[in-house]
Amino acid sequence: MNKVTDKDIQSIIGNLLRIGVILSMATVLIGAVIYLFGNAGKRVDYHAFDYAKVHLNSIKSIFTNLPALEGITIIQLGLLMLIFTPIARIVMAAVSFFIEKDYLYVLICVIVLLIIAMSLNGGFAH
Amino acid sequence: MTALLFTVIVLLGSFLAGFLGSLTGLGGGVIIIPLLTLGLGVDIHYAIGASIISVIATSTGSAAAYVKEGLTNMRIGMLLEIATTMGAILGAVIAVYLNASYVAVIFGLILIFSSAMTLRKKVDHVNQDYSSKLAKFFKLNSSYPNQGVETPYAVRNVGGGFFMMLFAGTLSGLLGIGSGALKVVAMDNIMRLPFKVSTTTSNFMMGVTAAASAIVYLHRGQIDPTIAMPVCLGVLCGATVGAKVLVNANTTKLKMVFAVVVSILAIQMIYKGLTGGFGG
Repeated sequence: MNKVTDKDIQSIIGNLLRIGVILSMATVLIGAVIYLFGNAGKRVDYHAFDYAKVHLNSIKSIFTNLPALEGITIIQLGLLMLIFTPIARIVMAAVSFFIEKDYLYVLICVIVLLIIAMSLNGGFAH
Repeated sequence: MTALLFTVIVLLGSFLAGFLGSLTGLGGGVIIIPLLTLGLGVDIHYAIGASIISVIATSTGSAAAYVKEGLTNMRIGMLLEIATTMGAILGAVIAVYLNASYVAVIFGLILIFSSAMTLRKKVDHVNQDYSSKLAKFFKLNSSYPNQGVETPYAVRNVGGGFFMMLFAGTLSGLLGIGSGALKVVAMDNIMRLPFKVSTTTSNFMMGVTAAASAIVYLHRGQIDPTIAMPVCLGVLCGATVGAKVLVNANTTKLKMVFAVVVSILAIQMIYKGLTGGFGG
């Protein structure tokens, strides 16, 4: 019985990862088309790095800029969805370990999530 | 250069990087960074940000298939992710303060090491030494399907593997690569996992590790959507095609040629870094 649930969980996690990649890449593609329609002839220069150049540099900024439906904001939303796909996988793993009553591994999943939450805080000093 | 031309060039280059990276086992990230910096003059900070996104895309895509096959050891993956995510954030934070030239030199050295690793003869360890107390405590000993037979294996030196993963995670965060070569060292040579298990588990961890550093990069303005877009779409398509071709391809010669090409790129990165070609 336990073996069956293990297989089910593996299948669910596998599907979650696949759907996450497909959805996020589709979003990036839609954003790319919109971006290129409006900016195809624009000159680009990435020679020098500037912290302030990319204004879509937080989750909040992506969502506040989203209603304008600009290509770059949609691309950035797709990238954000991609970043959160493996993170959603940890949540799934935590649930599956909980069902198996393996509390040590529920704790380990929570520790990994907490470490990632630290990076959400802007990587310490912003 | 116009936005359209840049997008098309990067898309094609990334497709090739993803394709070759998947065939040789080197990964797409290590090829895309020299392409962007040496080939197109993109600042290394942006190149790293775009590369880490492509690492998430490819590793998550292939992890989906591996997990279903039951090759991945999820417990080992989760336990070692504590080390790799801590390392990744540390690396991403160090990258902000480290001079771009140093980053380029370290990148070149890791590139040479990784390409040498792809040429190495793979020795499959199936360790049956069940004496490790930590492996028992963390329930890491398991079994995997090997040519249709469920084969049990034991894990040793969990502490050593954990420490090596901390290092692998730091380099991943610092350089924007998956550092698969180092992860395999930790799991193959130190923890003595069977080859199929270490490869798939390392791949499984890569997405989470890269996600941790990607969030730091996002907040630092290093993820420029106009660069990351063609990179991740190109690498993902290339890697997917590469994985399909891989099934019936003899890659020994390709690996040799590729190791030489990559080493030349690496030496260029080191040279440019040492002579101050990366600006500051």
